Amino acid sequence: MAMTATTPPLASQASISEEIERIQHETKPGQTSTRLDFSPYRSTLLRHPVKELRTLDPEEVELYAPVFGHSDVDPTEADLTLHPGGEPIGERMVVTGRVVDGDGRPVRRQLVELWQANAAGRYVHKRDDHPAPLDPHFHGAGRCLTDDDGWYRFTTIKPGPYPWRNHHNAWRPAHLHFSLFGREFTQRLVTQMYFPGDPLLALDPIYQAITEQAARDRLVAAYDHDTSQHEWATGYRWDVVLTGAHATPLEREDSDA
Amino acid sequence: MRDLVTTAGQTVGPFFHYALPYDGGPHLVPPGSAGAIRLAGTVYDGAGAPVPDAMLEIRQADAAGRVPVVEGSLRRDGVFTGWGRAATDAVGRYAFTTVAPAPTRPGVAAYFAVTLFARGLLDRLFTRIYLPGPELSDDPFLRSLPDDRRRTLVAERDVDGNLRLDLRLQGEQETVFLAFPRHRDR
Ligand SMILES: [Fe+3]
Repeated sequence: MAMTATTPPLASQASISEEIERIQHETKPGQTSTRLDFSPYRSTLLRHPVKELRTLDPEEVELYAPVFGHSDVDPTEADLTLHPGGEPIGERMVVTGRVVDGDGRPVRRQLVELWQANAAGRYVHKRDDHPAPLDPHFHGAGRCLTDDDGWYRFTTIKPGPYPWRNHHNAWRPAHLHFSLFGREFTQRLVTQMYFPGDPLLALDPIYQAITEQAARDRLVAAYDHDTSQHEWATGYRWDVVLTGAHATPLEREDSDA
Repeated sequence: MRDLVTTAGQTVGPFFHYALPYDGGPHLVPPGSAGAIRLAGTVYDGAGAPVPDAMLEIRQADAAGRVPVVEGSLRRDGVFTGWGRAATDAVGRYAFTTVAPAPTRPGVAAYFAVTLFARGLLDRLFTRIYLPGPELSDDPFLRSLPDDRRRTLVAERDVDGNLRLDLRLQGEQETVFLAFPRHRDR
C-alpha cells in the first residue's frame, strides 16, 4: 500500500489492544458513559472536545423531546425483511426490548430507529467500499414506536462483521445501530447493539471505549428463546436505559393529558 | 428492571446517511414561507478541517416562546413541531429552515437546543445556539461563561434575519458543550 510521508503506518491489533488496556486501567472506576477521548479509535483524535463539558440545568426547550406518532411511522417500517422484490439473504431474527429512563419509567410511544449492514457486512451506502455483496432485497433501515409499556420490536436479518481502516486487520463486531429518544431532549441516545459471544468485541476500540464492564455488557443483547419463532426466526432481547429525567413525574402526567 | 446502568452511547459511524436524514428533516417550516429564516454553519474538527459526516438535531420554541409538543416531524404536514435534523454536506455545512425562536420566559435569551453526532465522536454532544440580541447580557448561563467561550454559542444574524454559527469539536475556539445534571448519576 502506498504511504505518504504524513501517513503513519497502520497500528497492529496488538498495539491497539495494549492501548485500550492502558486507558481502561487509567480511567477511574464507575464511569458508565463512553469516553469521548479514546485514541485507539483513531478518528476521535481531532473530534473529541478537550475542554470540560459545562453542566447546567435544562430549560424548557430541553425538557421536552420531540414527539412522534402514527402519522410519522408506518407499522411496516419495523420489518426490515419486507421487500417487494423478495426475501433478504441471512439469518432472520426478531430483536425486541424495553426502553426505560434512568428512573425505571417506560418511555412510551417514542421513536426508535435502526440501521445496519447486510448479512455479508455491507451497508447500502455510497462510501462503503467493502468488497462484499450488496443484497438487492435488503436496505437495512427501519423505525418503530415503543408501545405503552416502552417495548420496541423489529424483524430483520443478522448483520455480518465488516472491516474498517482504523488499524491493520480491524473488524467491527456485528452490530445494529440504534437511535432513541426519551421524554426529554436531554435523554437522546445513539448507540450500537452487539451479539453475545462475539470474539471481536474484545478487539473493538469503539465498544471498548466504554471502560466499565457492566456498562459494556449493557450493549450486548441476550439470545431469547421465548422471542424466537417456530420455523421462522431467532430472537434477541435488548433493553435500553436512558439517562434520568429532570422534570418530576407529576409534571409529566400533566403534560401527557 | 434488574439494574439501571445507563445504556452508553456509541458513535453514529460513517454510514448513517441512508437511514437517519430524511426528506424535509432540515425544514421545520417550508423554505420561503412567512417568517422563515436559515440557520446554517460549518462543523470543524480540531485541525480546522470541515466534518463531512456529522449530523445535527435542533429543538426550539416558536416565535411566541412556546415549545411545541406535537407529532409530525418525520412527515411534516404544515405543523410546526420545533424539531429538525440535518446531516452536514461534503464540506461540513449544515442548514435548517425554521423560524426564530423567542425566549420561553422573561430573563433568559432565546436559543436552539442542539445535539451533535459524527463519525469519530463516540457519544452525542449537546450545545445551544443563541440568537444575538440585548437579552444575551442578562442571561444567567451566558453570564457565567468567559467572553471567549460565550462567543462560541452566539450566532451572527444577517440583514435578512438568517443566522450563522460554526461549531468546533475541539481546539482553541472549541464550542461550549453541555452536560445536564442527570447525565452524571453514576
Ligand atoms: Fe456500523
